[in-house]
Amino acid sequence: MEKIYSEQTNTCRLTRVKKETITFLLHYSRSLKVINYQGFQFESHLN
Amino acid sequence: MELQFDDSALVRDYISGDERALEILINRHNQRITSFIYSKVLDRDATEDIFQDTFIKVIKTLKKGNYSEEGKFLPWVMRIAHNLIIDHFRKNKRLPKFEGGEDFNIFSVIGDDQLNVERQLIKDQIDTDLGMLIDELPDDQREVLIMRIYKDMSFKDISEATGVSINTALGRMRYALINLRKIIQKNKIVLTN
Repeated sequence: MEKIYSEQTNTCRLTRVKKETITFLLHYSRSLKVINYQGFQFESHLN
Repeated sequence: MELQFDDSALVRDYISGDERALEILINRHNQRITSFIYSKVLDRDATEDIFQDTFIKVIKTLKKGNYSEEGKFLPWVMRIAHNLIIDHFRKNKRLPKFEGGEDFNIFSVIGDDQLNVERQLIKDQIDTDLGMLIDELPDDQREVLIMRIYKDMSFKDISEATGVSINTALGRMRYALINLRKIIQKNKIVLTN
């Protein structure tokens, strides 16, 4: 049974995340607006 | 010589709305954070996910104004990444992961018994064709076949519904099938999926 627990290993070390991940984060950051209202904080995403 | 802003200046700029500062921060620390995460999880996709989640937390904290200047930026981000790595291992413990190796693929053991779109189309076509063939049968045979196959009635119920004996109903069913086969053979119709 334990034989089926196999993992695929890519021996290349990953040193930097993909450009897409960074682009996503920058877009996410641009779209996120935090609104403070009467002591509450609301997150809103602008399209 | 390139002008280098230190992290705390960039964080301040970012909080005051300069999105470009975040890009510099991410690119500046990309390698160290990625290597740190990868050295722990040893999985490329998981590393990308944790890196992304880490910076989503960073962005939220900074935008909400919850970041305190006390510590340094990089150790703080590393701490978030570290916590997310722990979460990742906790989650994986609860949900064991199956991955395909060179010589083994989990999908050879588990299958999807649902028809794919193509096979579903073929099945629908066969069902329609078969319906048309059944319409060619004599009335009494067609009636018995529809009751038995499509309405799933027992021969006892069929005999009561049609007012004939069970043996007659059985006989009509037999002839219905024989005649269907004849029509199929005669017209060289292929009814397989």
